Amino acid sequence: MEKKDVVIVGGGPAGLAAAVELYKKGIRNILILEREHHLGGILRQCIHDGFGLSRFQTTLSGPEYAGRFMKEVMDCQIPFQTDTTVLDISSNKLVTAVSRDGLVQYEAKAVILAMGCRERTRGALGIPGERPAGVFTAGVAQAYMNLYNRMPAKEVVILGSGDIGMIMARRLTLEGAHVQAVFEVQPIPSGLPRNIEQCLNDYGIPLYLNHTITKIHGSSRLTGVTVSQVDSSLKPIPGTEKEYACDTLILSVGLIPENELSIDAGVTLDPRTKGAVVDEHFQTNVEGIFAAGNVLHVHDLVDFVSMEAEKLADSAASYVSNGTLPDCPIEITTDSRIGHTIPQKVSGAQDFQLSLRVRSLIKNCRIVVRQNGQEIASKRMKKALPAEMIQLTVKADSILSLDKLEVNVE
Amino acid sequence: MKNLYDVLVIGGGMIGSAIARELSRYDLKIGVLEKNLDVCYETSGRNSAVVHGGFAYDTGTLKAKLCVEGNQMMEELSRELDFPFLRCGKVLVGNTDEDMETLKRTLVQGEKNGATGLELIDEKRLHELVPAVVGKFAMFSSQSGILEPFQYTIALAENACQNGVKYFFDSEVTKICQDTEGHYLLTTPHGDFACRWVVNAAGLGCKKVSDMLGITGYQVIGSKGDYIILDKRTGPLLPMPVYPVPSNTYMGIHVTNTIDGNVIIGPNADKVSDFEYYGVPQENMDYLAESASRLWPHIHKADYIRNYSGILPKWVDDQGVIQDFKIEIREDIAPHAVNLVGIESPGLTAAVPIARHAINLIKEREKLSENPNFNPCRKGIVRFESLSLEEKARLIKENPDYGEVICRCEKVTKAEILQAIHNCLGVSTMAGIKYRTRSMMGRCQGGYCQMRLEQMIEEELGKKETEILYARQGSQVLFGKVRKEA
Repeated sequence: MEKKDVVIVGGGPAGLAAAVELYKKGIRNILILEREHHLGGILRQCIHDGFGLSRFQTTLSGPEYAGRFMKEVMDCQIPFQTDTTVLDISSNKLVTAVSRDGLVQYEAKAVILAMGCRERTRGALGIPGERPAGVFTAGVAQAYMNLYNRMPAKEVVILGSGDIGMIMARRLTLEGAHVQAVFEVQPIPSGLPRNIEQCLNDYGIPLYLNHTITKIHGSSRLTGVTVSQVDSSLKPIPGTEKEYACDTLILSVGLIPENELSIDAGVTLDPRTKGAVVDEHFQTNVEGIFAAGNVLHVHDLVDFVSMEAEKLADSAASYVSNGTLPDCPIEITTDSRIGHTIPQKVSGAQDFQLSLRVRSLIKNCRIVVRQNGQEIASKRMKKALPAEMIQLTVKADSILSLDKLEVNVE
Repeated sequence: MKNLYDVLVIGGGMIGSAIARELSRYDLKIGVLEKNLDVCYETSGRNSAVVHGGFAYDTGTLKAKLCVEGNQMMEELSRELDFPFLRCGKVLVGNTDEDMETLKRTLVQGEKNGATGLELIDEKRLHELVPAVVGKFAMFSSQSGILEPFQYTIALAENACQNGVKYFFDSEVTKICQDTEGHYLLTTPHGDFACRWVVNAAGLGCKKVSDMLGITGYQVIGSKGDYIILDKRTGPLLPMPVYPVPSNTYMGIHVTNTIDGNVIIGPNADKVSDFEYYGVPQENMDYLAESASRLWPHIHKADYIRNYSGILPKWVDDQGVIQDFKIEIREDIAPHAVNLVGIESPGLTAAVPIARHAINLIKEREKLSENPNFNPCRKGIVRFESLSLEEKARLIKENPDYGEVICRCEKVTKAEILQAIHNCLGVSTMAGIKYRTRSMMGRCQGGYCQMRLEQMIEEELGKKETEILYARQGSQVLFGKVRKEA
């Protein structure tokens, strides 16, 4: 049993940023546990650029972005262990991990959950039809191509307009595959506008909204898919079926925060985010267990993951030093047009940043935070997109009581 | 004749492998001809995995007799062959007077069949056994259970293999004829095989093979059932399978706990003539969820991780009435062929008794001498995840490959995957590794581990990436390299 001030589970963008910030705050007895052979997480396979505009005011590739944090980790000699899988986290912050060197348990003052997310699969969506080879999530296709140098596709159809799907449409095209179309069940794209422009429009790849795949064909390798239009309740419209011959179906249909370890630790999840319920310190309901990044809620940009983890690290450092953090009794509720907010609870004693997403496209609106009917913060939006995370700052001196805060679209 | 087999078994599924394993007790040269690339691609691996009590079949039938026998020997088989089996019991849940009458009749029939541990229970007891189940009363069968059908089939095949049986994959028998000495000549895409005895254990292909043997006239229909697999989160909520009250021909849509901690719901029973199509239609998925929710309230789409379907070969008469298992030697037509037709449920429970019944037909006609080297025991791959912390630590110390977790959802280690890749049957598909280790079977469905598995198969077996197959012939996973490797 080894004692640590902070054990960070996951060496991706959230874990790395938290580690560096903790170090800067004077917390040195840290350990990053990473299951893969390298630090960097999913950024390692994101070889396209567009990372870092907010955090570093320059555009970087995924590996370059991760590299900046990894360099700091190395320079500060922050301890990390790769090829190490955490098997369990207990509610009293006992972390059990295995590697080729054996099974080790760490007793931590604080645990930072930075496990990221996984992709929603074909089985989770329940797409009907056969189960041939050639159906990949976008991230799997990306890993095959960018990490393993393996080409998984020739004739491609993509379901879902998530960012990774669109980025893979471009990547596959550049490597000689033919991407026929991207189909999106929703009436609006789920990925960022810049990716529609740079990954689809620039390559002449059509995006069909209000369409979904209603059947998968092929008993060995995929031979084709049936595509149908959907009505306003997203149900396929009979008679609109169209067949596309293809050998590969790429799915970019959503990300799910990976919280199996969190559940074992007794962390309460928010059914809307599938991530932990946290307060403004990014502390979960289990004292001393913190969460940030995509394990908490799925972000649109990695910059915000890093910045969230850095804020978390400030609180975690203070928790490690003082053994406690201020109570957060003020609840935050939302109207039905807002999917969720992070945090879900605040103290009222300090300024905090609210991250949220709207459920559908809303034009010319204001995001308004009220307490007892009185407006205490707001943000004007020309166009609020579900694909984009919205952030606004709420000042402590505007919060007048411990009554709940209501976030509305007006 | 060179290469003359004493017995060739057509079909290497659960029944064919059970026959091969039971035959390997005798001093015989045995081969198994399997059309797929592994032993559990069809009915053997596509079912509810329930070990039945034996109450659901007409008294006096082979289905009743062999099911009860198979149920009783399951612990012993599980010990010998090292596959997971759990005698967890099961309930058949009813609500109406008519249901009660059916359950009473089923119970009497079960006791006549020799099934034990059957009792009618009230709602209170039912809820003690399975919290949240919806029903007023039930029949409880304490001797029913569940097993892992991939592991079971693989265990039978590996044990057969260790005792000298040769397996040939991708070897569909396309023609059977006899030479002047009365030996059977079997044609496959990979050459001809000769034998003194032939066994038709072709499952869904039983009619085709029976016809090739000259035993014509059987009508075999397919009953296709679809299933949905739920996340392991649901497993702890269901301690035993929950069935509705059965009709004469159909068990009904049930919810079943699996040995690995998932829950499966299904199957419907669609009559099909295409025995190769395993697609699951949307309307069936909706129907499964709706029907199963009437029995058990914990079914949510957020917990779906996969769906699958299986087809049962049912022998029917001219009126379409489902018949018993047929296990025969037709002296008049094919005196050296053991013909098995319509081996469907409860074939999983009854596999070894079916095998012994079939072999007895040979023994009645020819004296078989014992194989002095027969070993009934086979060791499976140790599942890292199932071990205690102390055992995990010890295992890693002995073999560091156990410290490298390749599949995050099911916590499958490199050591397990290496053992699976080097399986004694020589199976090299990704599905083959999946069935042997549970990698790719978890909630992320290979999102994390499939590239690693693919790479390990390439490296360990010296294959090119374009040679890696998912499951079937033609199920190529990759088309080449992105860039030439230096």
